[in-house]
Amino acid sequence: MQLLILSILLPFLAAALIPLIHRRIGNFNIGWLVLSIPVLLFGFFASQIPMVSSRETLLTSVEWIPSLGINFNAYLDGLSLIMALLITGVGSLVVLYSIYYLSPTDSFPHFYAYLLLFMGAMLGVVLSDNLMVLYVFWELTSISSFLLIAFWYHRKNSRYGAQKSLLITVFGGFAMFAGFLMLYAMTGTLSIRETAAAMGQLTEHALFYPAMFLILLGAFTKSAQFPFHIWLPDAMEAPTPVSAYLHSATMVKAGIYLVARFTPIFGGTSAWFWTITIVGLVTLFWGAFCAIRQTDLKALLAYSTISQLGLIMSLLGMGSAALHYGNTEAGALYGLAIFAALFHLVNHSTFKGALFMVVGIIDHQVGTRDIRRLGGLMALLPVTFTFAVIGSFSMAGLPLLNGFLSKEMFFTASLNAASMPGLFSTSWGWLIPVIAWLASVLTFIYAMIIVFRTFLGNRDSKAVEKRPVEPPIGMLISPAILSILIVGLFFAPNLLGDHLLKPALEQLLPGISGASPDSIYAWHGVNTELLMTIGIVLIGSVLFITFDRWKVIFKIQPAGWTFNALYNYALTSSENAASFVTRSYMTGRLHQYFFYILLFFVVSTGGTLLLSDALSISFVQDAPISIYELMLVIVMIITAISILFTRSRLSAILMNGVLGYSISIFFVLFRAPDLALTQLVIETVTTALFLLCFNYLPEWKREPLPKRKKARNAGLAIAGGLVITLTGLSVNSADLFETISGYFQNSYELAGGQNIVNSILGDFRALDTMLEGLVLFIAGIGVYTLIRLKLKKEAGADGD
Amino acid sequence: MGINDVILKTVAKAVVLIILTFGIYLFLSGHNSPGGGFVGGLVLASAFVLMFLSYDTETVKDAIPIDFKKLSAFGVLLAVLSGLGPLLFGQNFLEQSFDYFNLPIFGKTELATVLIFEAGIALTVVGVVVNIILSISEDE
Repeated sequence: MQLLILSILLPFLAAALIPLIHRRIGNFNIGWLVLSIPVLLFGFFASQIPMVSSRETLLTSVEWIPSLGINFNAYLDGLSLIMALLITGVGSLVVLYSIYYLSPTDSFPHFYAYLLLFMGAMLGVVLSDNLMVLYVFWELTSISSFLLIAFWYHRKNSRYGAQKSLLITVFGGFAMFAGFLMLYAMTGTLSIRETAAAMGQLTEHALFYPAMFLILLGAFTKSAQFPFHIWLPDAMEAPTPVSAYLHSATMVKAGIYLVARFTPIFGGTSAWFWTITIVGLVTLFWGAFCAIRQTDLKALLAYSTISQLGLIMSLLGMGSAALHYGNTEAGALYGLAIFAALFHLVNHSTFKGALFMVVGIIDHQVGTRDIRRLGGLMALLPVTFTFAVIGSFSMAGLPLLNGFLSKEMFFTASLNAASMPGLFSTSWGWLIPVIAWLASVLTFIYAMIIVFRTFLGNRDSKAVEKRPVEPPIGMLISPAILSILIVGLFFAPNLLGDHLLKPALEQLLPGISGASPDSIYAWHGVNTELLMTIGIVLIGSVLFITFDRWKVIFKIQPAGWTFNALYNYALTSSENAASFVTRSYMTGRLHQYFFYILLFFVVSTGGTLLLSDALSISFVQDAPISIYELMLVIVMIITAISILFTRSRLSAILMNGVLGYSISIFFVLFRAPDLALTQLVIETVTTALFLLCFNYLPEWKREPLPKRKKARNAGLAIAGGLVITLTGLSVNSADLFETISGYFQNSYELAGGQNIVNSILGDFRALDTMLEGLVLFIAGIGVYTLIRLKLKKEAGADGD
Repeated sequence: MGINDVILKTVAKAVVLIILTFGIYLFLSGHNSPGGGFVGGLVLASAFVLMFLSYDTETVKDAIPIDFKKLSAFGVLLAVLSGLGPLLFGQNFLEQSFDYFNLPIFGKTELATVLIFEAGIALTVVGVVVNIILSISEDE
């Protein structure tokens, strides 16, 4: 069944079609057409749920580069189905929301083309079974994210945020790529499933840990884990639908997906366990801590996303321990963490998506998202307020909402992880639930800030001039659906658990039975987890009310000692270093450039010739030199030397022409009419070009160079000529390889043409010719742009 | 207008026609005798250059309303797309096919897909060369 691969390609196809059709549909909003694509795909993936819940998987394969083992393998199992449903489901809601969110002055075709590009790339990431294909899609998500963050590219902050996200995520992507190559070196396969099967014996391999850390680097940068989280707040310059979609629901979950996907491969080792758990917990705490002090609602949500991603990440770390214990009671006990991670992954997408949309509505209707200027919106935006309450309270982990269920599971997992026997036992284990609890208190506080600072209190009518009203109904549909899901998942969590989470968990923890709970309960009786939640509500409320008294602690961190400052410093200093290096050799003097080029050529080619002992000259096989050839050679030598001493440019050009035509006569003598013809026409066109340029060239004068430099240049020139001559002679004298010209002699049978030269150009080596055509085209565009740019600049200068 | 211009323009009118014919001949004959897409394109381009040199740019542009930038882009696209065609028939990228047909007037004729590819190359060459020369000559 190729439908799976088609489902990845469909968004790309649609993205390519958008520029073609958007002009033809007039005033009709192209978003409605775009909406059909995620809805269609969502329907397709939803129809696969019965198959996956009956523990079957779907694999389709198309050969891409079979010689390198790179096949376009699309693989659908529980985990990829969860992600695919999120991508297409949230994607549909975001597209619908964006139709009302974007202003008519924004470029809709660009927006939707980028969004579809992202959707296809993200589907590719979660459905690829081949590491190389996954990597290609992975980088495509970074690129489409870059384009979407910089959607309002006239803003300086947008460009800064886009660049930052690209630099950090692509840096991680490269590291991950290196990790993939190491995996390939270890296992000899690029398929993730086959790697997982072959990995069991490889924990002792020297590349095992380097590969693990490089792949984790990719996952941590993408999922904004500490200390790479700094790109996510700056990515909030993107339009809010994009933030809701890429930077909370899907793309930042790609790192989570990657870690989950590689759990069967690396899981069960202590390095994997501790790295992910610690990084996750630090991110969880630091994100929540930073979120509280934000005054911009979107920045607050960004840090909260970082924090929540850390939570999911740490759960994946804790759960990986199950693979060490295998199919035992302990294995099943710790495996619950992965179940909780998958559950919270879905829940986070629902409540964070809703919250981003709420913030988008506030920004859209009120004109600001600064908490200090907001307040008292409850009466004015009652519907939006409802969504905000549902989303925030779910994030805080309050009952009757889905966040409560996964938060309780998170506490259970962290309590379990505190006291693990054997490999993972440590005296510091008690810190895990403590950090989890502290971070949850902070989470509760910022969730309350979103609700109470924005919607309650007094409205500052001076700060916000226009009286806000509810947005058009279309903007409310998407957050409404998400809010219904938040509540619905609390009352019917097992629907999700049985059909999607359990199949996914069984894939991630192969051979461990009983890791997933029989069913998800809201009420476990009075246990530690419930007490922890009650404590969070009590202490969180006190801290929220007294927030103004203790917020001075945010000033402890000295200004300038942030990762952002480090990033900015690294960026500017690398730019400075690069421009210093460039300036040192790009002097604008043509003869110096020629010097570098020739020097490189002489050293590399001449050096290779000498070092590899390839120098061999023999004239035994050569045909005798005829009188014509001798005459031509003498003419060419005389012309070449006299160019050096000529006093006018015109005669230099003409003599250059003599050289060119002589070469074409050589081709005639050597019975190569095609080459002769081409050389003749080229000479003609070149001369015409020279004549055109003649007017613009500066005065022909000799550069006053010191004798030493002149001698140096002359020496280099002679060396260059010598290297070419010697290479030519050596190539002609040595028969190192069997000649392939015999094959081309069959051109009439193989290519149907009697002209061997053209059969090679157009048939046997058509790829070379095609690429040469492309190069020519690019060069033409380059000349055009350079000249146009100069003309424009001059016109601009005249105008000033 | 000097006397030289009159001579040039009159000669150009006749010569351009010959060069164009020669260019098309070279393009078509490339399969079995000297010629081919690249050199055919170059010859066609030189005919255009001669036109632009002997008449002023505006006149020629009015007479031949071709955007040479688009022409070169179209050429590259044609060459690449002609390579994608074989994929539909289960062949490799850029694999060329040929066969012999009995056509009404020409008799037994060979038709080859390489012609499409070479046409792409020829159009690229024409577009790029004329575009470069036009951009430089307009740079005043």
